[in-house]
Amino acid sequence: MIQVQARTDSSTLMQFASPIIAIALTLIFGSILFIILDKDPIQALHVLLIMPLSDAYNVGEMLVKMGPLLLCAVGLSLCYRANLWNIGAEGQLLAGALGGSAVGLLFVDSDSSLALPITLLAGIVSGMFWAALPTFLKIKFNSNLILTTIMFNYIALYLLVWAVHGPLRDPDGFGFPESAMFSDATLLPTLIESGRAHWGVVIAILAGIAAWVILSKTHLGFQIRVFGSDAPAAKYAGFSANKITWFVMLFAGALAGLAGVAEVIGPIGQLVPVVSPGYGYAAIIVAYLGRLHPIGAIAASIFLAVLYMGGDLAQIEMSIPTAVVGMFQGILLFFLLACDFFIRYRIILNKDANV
Amino acid sequence: MKLKSLLVGVGLLAGLGTAHAEDPFKVGFVYVGPVGDLGWSYEHDRGRQEMEKYFDGKVETTYVESVPEGADAERVITQLAKSGNDLIFTTSFGYMNPTLKVAKRFPKTTFEHATGYKRSKNMGTYVLRTYEGRYVSGIAAGLLTKTNTIGYIGSFPIPEVIRDIDATYMAAKSVNPDVKIKIVWVNSWYDPGKETDAANALMDQGVDVMLQHTDSPAPLIAAEKRGIRAIGQASDQSKFAPEAHVFSVRDDWAPYYIKTAKAVMDGTYKPTDFWGGFQDDMLSLASINDNLPKDIRAKIDATYEKINSGEFHPFTGPITDNKGNLVVPAGHTLTDAELAQVNWYVEGITDEVPR
Repeated sequence: MIQVQARTDSSTLMQFASPIIAIALTLIFGSILFIILDKDPIQALHVLLIMPLSDAYNVGEMLVKMGPLLLCAVGLSLCYRANLWNIGAEGQLLAGALGGSAVGLLFVDSDSSLALPITLLAGIVSGMFWAALPTFLKIKFNSNLILTTIMFNYIALYLLVWAVHGPLRDPDGFGFPESAMFSDATLLPTLIESGRAHWGVVIAILAGIAAWVILSKTHLGFQIRVFGSDAPAAKYAGFSANKITWFVMLFAGALAGLAGVAEVIGPIGQLVPVVSPGYGYAAIIVAYLGRLHPIGAIAASIFLAVLYMGGDLAQIEMSIPTAVVGMFQGILLFFLLACDFFIRYRIILNKDANV
Repeated sequence: MKLKSLLVGVGLLAGLGTAHAEDPFKVGFVYVGPVGDLGWSYEHDRGRQEMEKYFDGKVETTYVESVPEGADAERVITQLAKSGNDLIFTTSFGYMNPTLKVAKRFPKTTFEHATGYKRSKNMGTYVLRTYEGRYVSGIAAGLLTKTNTIGYIGSFPIPEVIRDIDATYMAAKSVNPDVKIKIVWVNSWYDPGKETDAANALMDQGVDVMLQHTDSPAPLIAAEKRGIRAIGQASDQSKFAPEAHVFSVRDDWAPYYIKTAKAVMDGTYKPTDFWGGFQDDMLSLASINDNLPKDIRAKIDATYEKINSGEFHPFTGPITDNKGNLVVPAGHTLTDAELAQVNWYVEGITDEVPR
């Protein structure tokens, strides 16, 4: 009989050691994988994990990838801390991209200095609105947040696809589903002139820090934590469940909406049908890798961004097929989560079958 | 910059210059799907492999598969250019603006974008005359249908797809005046799940011959199950539906890839808007099923010949759209530039182009 038992106290040492053990195990098993495929394992690991950070261009691109992951993950971390299972970051991101684009396209022929802030604001508000709908349904009808947020993801996607085929389509674009390019006044300024890294990633990091301050230093953060770990206790203490729910959901929606509008007026430069390669879903992994800690999310988002980029580079530099890269990424995530599991639980082999 | 030219100079002095001249010519490919999609990306990859074989070691190729059409595309194209590729093929419409941006930054690299309309000094475009294959498919469908209802699974309502629906219907109607066409949009190029749903929806409406403008074999498998007929797309899909399969209109990109690589190597390359069809050996009818009635088979062969010899062009006027406007006057044949803008359904299609 195998039994899983929660540990009464988890080792502080192991909390720091577990990611290192996980990475060591991944390197071993990953190397075996590459040796079987007849690829030099040292070079493969270098391309996958080091090369994405090896020059200024690649670091810039890593930041481009990290920005939306982090923005979504910070919001999700707060939601999950409050025990609210918001799976809707993807839809909120797409809503932000759509709402931002609808407004940003009004400035196609304009050089107004208001174009950028108004477009950003439109994206943020759209993301909040998209988060508000399932929140309202949850509070009013006690609907299942997991289901409604997933469904709203699809609605957002199809709204975006409809808009980009219809009202927002570039009138000079031969009917192809793309908007016109945004004017320079609407585009997010880049951090360095030559790259694509933009201010979105700075805002994302600031948002991570702000969320950490809210969560650990404020009364509201205390309420969120109590509400998340013991809702009846929170109620007994007189905390308003509705207020907390609205706050974390709108906060997450605002950040995801910002991530969406920053993609279209940042690295993409126009509204296209495929704004996100699934950032909103990947952000769930980021939030958990970061242990639902906003600062942890910063490290986790860098890590995941590196992995994604390493995957493309491995194809270019070493002709490693993307399926193999996916396996490597899977090995890594598996060991990270498994090591985490053993911090909090132990496995007991019990001979007494009655237990 | 100075340091770099100095280093190049030193290299030349050391006699490395000659070695450099013998470096293989490097060609990079960007695919939107996995190379195993057995459709669009699979065929581009077959073209890549044939090109490599043709040049027998003088050309080295690299590909990156499953590259999303959002912010990631520009990074992958840049990294291919950075890693020394002399010629880069980007094989999906959504890569148009990213390719254009990278082409500007790498003026010495040649870029070729499939299915787009933007070109520059070092960027050309290429596309298939898929409507030729559709016209032959339409003839077969019109003759084969017993319910007088043929089905079409559309990907995105862009001119290429609208044009192909028109070609299909005009052909079907020319041999079967009572034929109707039902169209379902899946808003994806490759999504076996959605394609199956679309196929079932069409069959539920009485469709007994099905065409697809998407790349997975799923619709053929669904057709085989329900005992109706279907026509394969992009690659030879006969093995997925031994009974149902009529033929596949197969893409063959190798002739163009070989021709373009040669031109770039010789220094004779000029960016153009290239259209390839039956005559260029870039489209063919693959695995025409032996179970077709002889007279229908003869009609298929005759139609192919008529188009292949240049005797007949499907878009020769008079053509009226389904709102009653004369869109192609008598005696006029649409030019390639006009074909690129087709956004109307021909008379008899009881549906509207999604806007």
